Formats: sequence, C-alpha cells, structure tokens
Amino acid sequence: MRFSKKNLLSLAGAILIYFLVYWLQAAGVISAFQEINLMMVGINIILAVSLNLIVGFTGQLALGHAGFMAVGAYVSAILTTNLGQPFPVAILAGACTAAVAGIIIGLPTLRLRGDYLAIATLGFGEIIRGAANNINYIGGAAGMIGIPQLTNWTWLYLMMVLTILVIVNFLNSTHGRACVAIRENEIAAETMGINTTYYKVLAFAMGAFFAGIAGALYAHYFYLIQPATFTFFRSFDILVMVVFGGLGSITGSIIAAAAITIINAALQDLAVLRMVIYAVLLIVIMVFRPQGLMGTREFTLDRWVPKRGEASGSAGN
Amino acid sequence: MERIKKIALFTVALLLAAAIIAGCGQQKSGAEKQGASGGDTINIGVNYELSGDVATYGTNSKDAILLAFEEINQNGGVLGGKKFNPIVLDNGGKREEAMSAAAKLITENKVVALLGPATSGATMAAATMATKYKVPIISPSATNPDVTVDPQTKKVRDYVFRVCFIDPTQAIVGAEFATKDLGAKKAAIIYSNSDEYSKGLYKVFKEEFVKNGGQVVAEESFNSGDQDFRPALTRIKDAGADLIYVPAYYGDVGKIVNQARELGIKVPMLGADGWDSPKLAEYAGGAANLNNTYFTNHYAASDPNPRLQDFIKAFKAKYNREPDAFAALAYDTSYLLADAIKRAGSADPEAIRNALASTKNFDGITSKITIDENHNPVKDVAIIAMVDGKQTLKKKITH
Repeated sequence: MRFSKKNLLSLAGAILIYFLVYWLQAAGVISAFQEINLMMVGINIILAVSLNLIVGFTGQLALGHAGFMAVGAYVSAILTTNLGQPFPVAILAGACTAAVAGIIIGLPTLRLRGDYLAIATLGFGEIIRGAANNINYIGGAAGMIGIPQLTNWTWLYLMMVLTILVIVNFLNSTHGRACVAIRENEIAAETMGINTTYYKVLAFAMGAFFAGIAGALYAHYFYLIQPATFTFFRSFDILVMVVFGGLGSITGSIIAAAAITIINAALQDLAVLRMVIYAVLLIVIMVFRPQGLMGTREFTLDRWVPKRGEASGSAGN
Repeated sequence: MERIKKIALFTVALLLAAAIIAGCGQQKSGAEKQGASGGDTINIGVNYELSGDVATYGTNSKDAILLAFEEINQNGGVLGGKKFNPIVLDNGGKREEAMSAAAKLITENKVVALLGPATSGATMAAATMATKYKVPIISPSATNPDVTVDPQTKKVRDYVFRVCFIDPTQAIVGAEFATKDLGAKKAAIIYSNSDEYSKGLYKVFKEEFVKNGGQVVAEESFNSGDQDFRPALTRIKDAGADLIYVPAYYGDVGKIVNQARELGIKVPMLGADGWDSPKLAEYAGGAANLNNTYFTNHYAASDPNPRLQDFIKAFKAKYNREPDAFAALAYDTSYLLADAIKRAGSADPEAIRNALASTKNFDGITSKITIDENHNPVKDVAIIAMVDGKQTLKKKITH
C-alpha cells in the first residue's frame, strides 16, 4: 500500500466516518433501533464482502457462509463466556477456527464445480447446525445465552475496515489476479501455471476467516446464539446481497449489504407486505440489471482525484 | 430498451418511496396517538414472526391480539375510556430483528408493554431490550424455562412474563395423570434425540414417574423425521410396558402410533402439546388408531367454558379459520395486560410490571392464571383424550 494522495484521502474518509458516528452516538442522536441496525449493516458488509471473494471473484458458488459464521460465533462465545478470555482473543480464535473449517471443507469439495459445489457447501452449513444442535456443552438446540455484549461501534468499524482493506489488497495482488483468472476460465488459468486448487482453497479459507469475525461480532452483540440463527436462509440472504451488489464488485457488496439491511428494517412495519416488496425489488433489479447494481465495476476515488500514471486502484477488471 | 430501463428504475424508486412513506406514516400516527402518559390511547407493542418459517405461529397470535384489543376498545377501553393502540411489527423469526423491533417499539412508539414474540429464542432477544428500558414484555407461548429466569444467576428476569406453562410442567402433569388416572406401573418412553423439547420432556417425565412409584422399563430414542420405528417399538413391547410416553411433534407421533398399533401394541399412549394438530389422525393411519391416546395441552377446543366458546366463534367470524393454542394464549395475554393496567390504575410501565407480577386468579379462556415468583403462570393443564379422531377434554390438572 503506497501513501498516494488517493490512499491518504480514503484513510481520512474512513477516520472521519468513524468519529462522526462515534460523536453522534455519544451525543445520543442514534436511537437504540438505529444502533442495532447499524451493527447489522456492519456485520452484513463483512459477510457480503467475504462471500464476494469466494463467489464473485473466484467464481465458486458457495452456500455455506452461515456455517462459517456459526463456527466463529460459537468458538468466540465459548472463549468469552465459558473460559473468560478477552474479546480480541475470542474474535481471532473464532476467525481462525472458521478458516480451518474452510480449509477442511474446501480441500475435498473444491474439486466440484457450480451446482455440485453449491450443494456440498449447503450440506456443510447444515452439518454445522446439526452438530451445534447435538452438543450439550454449547446448549444444544436452546443455544448459548448470556454472552457478554462486547461488540461496540469501535470494534465493528475496525473489523469492517480491516476486512475490506485485506480483501481489496488481496485482490490487487498476484494472488487475487489468480483468483479472477480462475473465475474467468479455470482450464485456461491452469494452463497458464496457476495452481487452481491452492487458490480456490485460499479464497475459501479467507472468506471463512472473515465470516468467522462477523459471527464473533454477532454473538457478542445479540447476547444469544442458537443453531436456528444460522440456517440456510442466512447464507441465502448474504448471497442475495452479493448478487444484488454485483458479483465481483467490493463497493457493490458494501452498498447492497447496507441497502438491504436498511430496507428490511424500514419495512418491519408492513409485516405481510414486506416480503412482497422485497421480492419485487429483487426481481426488478435482476431483470433490468442482471449484473447487479455495480456489475464488476468499483466506485473509486479515481474519478475525482487525478491519477498519476497508470496505477490501477480498482479491484476486478 | 432505454425506456424500459427508465420505467424499471422509476418503479424501484416508487416502491422504495412507498415503503418509506408507509413506514414513516405509521410511525407518525403512533407518535401522535401516543398515550403512555396523558393522551387517550395506550400504545402496545406487538412484535411477532409474521414472515419466515414460523410465520403461522406469529400470524395466529397477532390476529388473536388484535381481536382482543378491538373487543376491549369496543367495551369502553381501560382507565376511564382510554383505548388500546396495538402497533404490529414483523421480526421475520430472526433474533436480531426481534431485538430491533422491540427497540423501535419502545423508543420510537413509546409503548408501555410488549407482547410476543411466539418462540423462545426471539423472546429472549426482545427481552434484552425490554429489560434495558424497563418495559414489561409478555410472551404468550415461549416455553423455555430460561426465558423468565437467568440460568446462570438463577435470578428471575424482572420485566419478562409468560402466559403458557413451561415444558417441565407438562411432563410433571403427564406423569401424574399416567399413574393416578391410567394406573400405569411400567412406562416406556420414546423420544427424539435431535430435539430439545422432546429431550427435556423425556428427562422430567422419567424422574416424576419414578417418584410416583412407577418404573421405566424401556427408553428408546430416534431422530425427528425417521420413518421406521418398528425395532424400537418391538423392544418396548417385549419389555411389557403398560404405557408409552411419546413427547414429540405430530409428524413423528403419527408414524409411531400407526406402527405401534400395527405391531399389536394396545396400551395407552401419552404425549404433550406437540401432538396438537388436525393432521395427527392422517399421519396415524386413521382415527381408530388414536383411540386410547392422550396428550397434555394448553387448552381444549371442546372445553364448555362459554368465554372460550365465544372466543372461538369470534375468531372464526373475523378470520374465517379455526384458532389454535397460539391464538388462545395470545388472546389471554391481551386480556391479562388490560387487567394489569386496570389493577395498576395507570399505564406506566413500572406500575404495569408490578401489577403483572402480582396477578392472582386472572380469569382467562385457557385457565385461571396466577403468576408465580418466577413469572411463570400457575394454571390448568388440559388433558385431551383422542376419541374417534376428535379431541375431547378428559381432565384439567392445576399446576
């Protein structure tokens, strides 16, 4: 990462947003309802961006993201609630365990493609849920309650920025280009000497790592976790955000995750009509913008900041 | 194509605008009619699973609550003419949304009490907000004991109440009925190992049955959704059981009953509220198979109690379908809240909480209800006997 004008500007922007929200919260402008949704926006952004790495950039249709989130949530909750460890340790342990789970599930299943991989990862998510249902140490189907509420705006924002920073930089590196090459044509990529299995598993493990972080943040904000919290439907919700924002666009995922979370919250009043409006919105978007809101393009500062030379700042193509 | 795109964009914008306006409009009307202290309406938060996979529970509960408040308002309301203004929010069966809906109802709509959600997990999430802002929350149907009592500190959660009995109660009453009324000495239990509800009932029933002087001669487990129960049932038959306890949901129960009767097992079978479904006879392979089976439930539709019958009639007239246990419990919850506000003499959340905690012999449609020190109700458990496919009230046991 170079200290170009653009990077400094992004950094300043990120810090500004942090302090703005922090100040609004301290001044009591943000209500409890808005705070909960703010947390959900952050968690969903982490989930969507990390899933986009797997689905959008590496081109592997995975439906088990809620499973990785569950691993992170349970491991971190056990560490803080039962073993009395500090929160940062719990987040890291949750994320690492999820990454290991990603490698374990990735090695055998990533030989599969398309629909087959989707089904295998779907099965993985259900296995995690089934296991959690039957382990008495973590409360079985009743789940874990009384998890300390340690997630706050600072942790959430830090983790969100970290996720985006790591994934964007990964994608701009040789490794990221290799992942995109696999998406574009696996056989061609292999012919060019790219170790496809290695890169697929790497992307999978990275996605799982950040999903684990999201799970840890979720568990420590919402006070209780149950196997029923991490069903297939949550994996599906995250996938909808990724597709909605554009497969292969990080900014698209961020915008879509925020928009969908906020729309969902705004429609709570409408009860029955809610799902109808949500569905119509999705259909309209998919019919007229099948590539998603952003396609594979990124929303960058390049438009406003004059570029020096040919340094490409955007991920993807 | 450009024009179509423009039309599409316009449609999306319009839908979004409609959604936001509808949202704001509802909020405003709630705020205008705000009656927590002063005005002539009392805002009540109704936080339910109206979409998602348990939407039927939420919808039935919400409909019964709206019916109850409509009746109370027509009969002059409470506190000298104040009317109830129930504000309904959907939580989609998700924990985080149950929590955010509760926060919105309390901080933006200034509700004095929260009703719902239907399931234990969502109720516990919503209860954190209720506790934080000191607003009472009553769940009509959350049966997990941890909802009202913190399992770690063993302390009762001050602002959380429920109107249904908790799972262990059903098993205790079931064991009492088995020994006293059915004269069972040697019980067999077949339960689902993949289901917390089933496992919990199994444990408590076994304990109680032995305490009552009986003997458990066979214990068999299965996974919800299994198809073949014959090996387990054969072992039960060989053990010489004179009663089979089946704490499970109707899908599995039906198959178990069917296969037991097929194997010539004629002993009575006993279950819990998971049996309550119009589909039970279909799964059991005919109404005849269900004779000599019993289960514990929240209420019996055939109970001659005139207020219950009035409710069933009113619900059918308004929504054109039969109410279920969720609806009956939610209806009781609404009247219990109105009663607490009357007794408190004010619509202040703290006063309502105190009145709820001291509820004695409230006359509900499912039972008389007294709230105990753990914020659980002391009430009747209905024992239902299946007679030729019809649910008939066998007995009521207070616990």
